[in-house]
Amino acid sequence: MAEADGSSRAFLGLSDVSISEDIPVEGDISMPPTSSSQDDGFSTLDEPVKDTVLRDLKAVGNKFVHVLYPKKSKALLRDWDLWGPLLLCVTLALLLQGGSVDSKDDGGPQFAEVFVIIWFGSLIITLNSKLLGGTISFFQSLCVLGYCIMPLTVAMVVCRIVLLGGSGTVSFVVRLVVVCASFGWSTFASTAFLADSQPQNRKALVVYPVFLFYFVIGWMILTFAPAQ
Amino acid sequence: MSDGAKNTNTEPWGGFDDPPVQGSGSAVIDMENMDDTSGSSFEDMGEMHQRMTEEEEEGPGGAPGEEPGDDGEFLGMKGIKGQLGRQVADEVWQAGKREASKAFNLYANIDILRPYFDVEPVQVRSRLIESMIPVRTIAFPQKVAGELYGPMMLVFTLVAILLHGMKTSQTIIREGTLMGTAIGTCFGYWLGVSSFIYFLAYLVNSQITMLQTLSLLGYGLFGHCVVLFITYNIHFHFLFYGLWLLVGGLSTLRMVAVLLSRTVGQTPRLVICGTLAALHMLFLLYLHFTYHKMVEGILDTLEGVNALPIQRVARDVPVLAPAAISVTLNTTLQTLGALLQSH
Repeated sequence: MAEADGSSRAFLGLSDVSISEDIPVEGDISMPPTSSSQDDGFSTLDEPVKDTVLRDLKAVGNKFVHVLYPKKSKALLRDWDLWGPLLLCVTLALLLQGGSVDSKDDGGPQFAEVFVIIWFGSLIITLNSKLLGGTISFFQSLCVLGYCIMPLTVAMVVCRIVLLGGSGTVSFVVRLVVVCASFGWSTFASTAFLADSQPQNRKALVVYPVFLFYFVIGWMILTFAPAQ
Repeated sequence: MSDGAKNTNTEPWGGFDDPPVQGSGSAVIDMENMDDTSGSSFEDMGEMHQRMTEEEEEGPGGAPGEEPGDDGEFLGMKGIKGQLGRQVADEVWQAGKREASKAFNLYANIDILRPYFDVEPVQVRSRLIESMIPVRTIAFPQKVAGELYGPMMLVFTLVAILLHGMKTSQTIIREGTLMGTAIGTCFGYWLGVSSFIYFLAYLVNSQITMLQTLSLLGYGLFGHCVVLFITYNIHFHFLFYGLWLLVGGLSTLRMVAVLLSRTVGQTPRLVICGTLAALHMLFLLYLHFTYHKMVEGILDTLEGVNALPIQRVARDVPVLAPAAISVTLNTTLQTLGALLQSH
């Protein structure tokens, strides 16, 4: 009847409030809550916080290892997370802060600038790779690009240490070598993951923005000079 | 129970043309126990549903044709505010969900841009080279590639080169940041001048689309990138002017030739091509002189804070020229540097 249709339609919206509409969902939502003893394997809400944190840290650490030895593996793509990129981005931005030649004016990038560059750049690269017909998803791409900033962060730490010993020509050369090496490593690592998702002959089109992105970050690291 | 009203409404939730007041005994389900105090909360919908189901189960004696969730008939006297409020809440929720899905699907609408990124690396390379070669014939409309990948990458490359130039010259930007300025300048030029040229093309009746102007101007930035890259590293005053004329001129000629081939009439051609040429060449001049001081030593970057700001050391011209000329050049540059510092 029309009323029945109307009412069922009204409540249809209730039943799929958090489910996409094209998957027909049926069931009785008035089921009394059962004890969670039967689904311990899937329910992570009841475990101690320490377990959750340790598990996440292990996942992040695992991905760092994958970046250090880039080989074509699906682990980084499959279990993407954005903790690692956030951590690296914040570390890099903090380390890059406060660099200025003239202490009155701010010649170094601000925290917000680095943050925005990294995330905005990752976004652009992801959009670009999707528009070029990539099969990788949005967050997976962000995850890969973020994790591959790790060599550059390491280079930043090294540069800061080198700068502690003075900032002459030798230090510049050392820093240049370190930054170039880590920039190459970052680009290579990220293409090892990203390029697989592209059609064969278009890899260069995806690699170039990645190259530019890490080049800009590497340039910021190289030209960093601490305030007196 | 008899439904006094005909259900003529079209909305899924029952519409407003249902009779709002029912007799208290007309509803089989007794709604007096319903909590009416919460007027419009989404959580109550779930509660209501649950209650409906329970009452459905426990009320087998109800009229068979009576749906407990019947919207139109369900506005019992007691629950008018609550029920109506809940239905409105439900409708608002549905509408909100629809809007959110539409907005989220905007993400999928990058597919609108997908055809413009459908290029091969070979094509990009050949277009880059073609952007420096003016076409010979303007008798018939020249083909303009309508793609956005090349122009976008060139804009970002220009941003990176500008950053490089700004850093080595220690441009101090007071308001905003270096990155922000570079990105704003480059994208502003690309998008703004393209739109302006498209507008002029519309005025003078030129046969060119917005996509084509974006593409044309984007590829024209290739010349800018090359010139700036060279001159940010080699501080040779006359080299810059020479490259400005040569490379800038070539890319301008190419764009102008394409526009000429698509415009009819002397005055329209003059207007649009003159504007484009002027903007293009002046932009290169602007980029060079604003973000880069002529006499800058890379020693500043090498020595960091040890070099006092006043003490700018002219960079020696690399051995491109015979020694005498480079010595002359260095002294010239030093005097020019002194002149500049006094300003």
